[in-house]
Amino acid sequence: MVDLLQQVFNGLVSGSFYALLALGLAVIFGMLGVVNFAHGAFYMLGAFGTYVLLDSWGLNFWLALAVVPAALFVLGLVLERTLVHRLRELDALYGFLLTFGLTLILQDLVRREYGVQSQPYQPPSQLSGSVDLGLFDYPAYQVFVLVFSVVTCVGVWLLFTRTRVGVVVRAATERAELTRALGIDVGRWVTPVFAFGVALAGLAGVLAAPMRAITPLMGADLIIVVFAVVVIGGLGSIFGSVVAGFLVGMLQAVANLYIPSLSQVLVFVLMAVVLLWRPAGLFGREERVA
Amino acid sequence: MLSRRLGPLWLGLGLLAALALPWLVYPPVALDIACWALFAVALDLLLGFTGLLSFGHAAFWGSSAYATGLVAIHTGLPFPLAVLAGAVVAMALAVPIGWLSVRRTGIYFAMVTLAFAQTIYFVVNQWGSVTGGENGLQGVPRELGGVDLSDPFVFYYWALPIVLLGIAAAWRIVRSPFGRVLVAIRDNPARVRALGYPVERYEVLAIVLSAGLAGLAGGLFAVGHGFASLQEVYWTTSGKVVIMTVLGGIGTLWGPILGAILLVLLEDQLATAGFDGINLVTGLVFVLVVLLFRRGILGTVRHLLLRRRDRRVPDPEPGVEPASAPAVEPAR
Repeated sequence: MVDLLQQVFNGLVSGSFYALLALGLAVIFGMLGVVNFAHGAFYMLGAFGTYVLLDSWGLNFWLALAVVPAALFVLGLVLERTLVHRLRELDALYGFLLTFGLTLILQDLVRREYGVQSQPYQPPSQLSGSVDLGLFDYPAYQVFVLVFSVVTCVGVWLLFTRTRVGVVVRAATERAELTRALGIDVGRWVTPVFAFGVALAGLAGVLAAPMRAITPLMGADLIIVVFAVVVIGGLGSIFGSVVAGFLVGMLQAVANLYIPSLSQVLVFVLMAVVLLWRPAGLFGREERVA
Repeated sequence: MLSRRLGPLWLGLGLLAALALPWLVYPPVALDIACWALFAVALDLLLGFTGLLSFGHAAFWGSSAYATGLVAIHTGLPFPLAVLAGAVVAMALAVPIGWLSVRRTGIYFAMVTLAFAQTIYFVVNQWGSVTGGENGLQGVPRELGGVDLSDPFVFYYWALPIVLLGIAAAWRIVRSPFGRVLVAIRDNPARVRALGYPVERYEVLAIVLSAGLAGLAGGLFAVGHGFASLQEVYWTTSGKVVIMTVLGGIGTLWGPILGAILLVLLEDQLATAGFDGINLVTGLVFVLVVLLFRRGILGTVRHLLLRRRDRRVPDPEPGVEPASAPAVEPAR
């Protein structure tokens, strides 16, 4: 029983990463109609950025937590203006292909610089020990990651539901034509929203740095699982993406306890079941039928 | 292909080039080109002619590579039969994957196929007792009734007929009434459905046929190299074949062949030159193609020829709605 609870906790922690990445993916998709393949690469850049800040400039984790997402926000602005923007009028597939090419470039650039070996990074000293959770001790850093990402997800949720900006962005996401017809300039929100999604991926990367292996390929395998997560949750739904992220994380961890050999495949099995039962995803709206 | 009258000429030139290839390049590279060309043609059948972007074709190429290898190792069958068995396995796999994937369209289809391919990757990786896990499947024999195939130069000419048959099959499929329906599905699925065609069933059949051709290519690749590695089922392989197809020009069949030639040669040149960063260059090429050159090489040539001949023939860039089409599909 304690084992199971501990696995559920592990699952929530790895689910935090799925949720943060799925959230950024969903926001970008909603606003731009682009599925950002490079999302995993931005996550990887976030982790490497954290490592480089400490290694080259001696800047600690807490500073990285602010600096790295900001830097990725700027990178997102630049990439949207220079590359993604040019594909606006085209089929969404071209955005997918473009960001796939971008992924190859970013990964290889980092690999040429740092090699394929994993880079070391220690959790900050304030979070180095473990916390007594009553039934078991749990690493303090992992607890921090869980709390931090839940707070972030709730924060983004409030941003999108309770502020004027959020209302405009959601409206543009769900009914772009109608929003335009109401006299709202949808176009000016496209670039910041893309950059915001990229910054979220970078934030997930910072959080991952002290507990995951920092390698150039760390985002690539993860992003495919996140694709399955958003298919399960419904890509159009911000709420669904986050819930599916935590759900998949927990499912994998619990499966790891009973059928370890299948835990990696399970998320794709779940995706197949969702495709059979609710093709639009658990929280998705029906697509327009072609 | 570019013009009906010039068709036989192009075909002759293509055949000549295929026959001369091992003289022009290092023979193992020639075999790689042949395998990837068939793989890219198989993908074009879906991407160019049915309008479905599969980002998980490594599942079919790779599963056939492993199945072919296992059949060749354990039964000692002649290699063409082993490759055929591999292609059958790929097609069998394509039935459930295709059936589930066509429940989503467009960008979702790409994500779902990618995810299913990753499932195959994990299964192959986990099932080490059969597949060799991280070491891959070693020692795949090249058996053909006592013929000595150890020389890659010789093997190329035994493998080439299979590749050509595969490409001919693709050519035949896109010109059949079935292929016409696929093109119609690509251009206007709603209308095809309204005409009473079961769209999803056609799409699944297209996926299965494409998987069979990809399987032929993957099986030959495994026999040619003497092993099947995890690389064969990894997502980078799925991405690479998409790059080749788009680079050459989707919906042209000749284009993907050209794309495969260029990309394999580029990678070979970079590796020979000792340049560390093949993916960097491939990624750059791809980004440039997507930004500036979406019709691909042959697609651009065809577009220019069509424009010169008759300005009224519409030849919109793929992914762009023709100006006359209504911007919004009426609801069903």
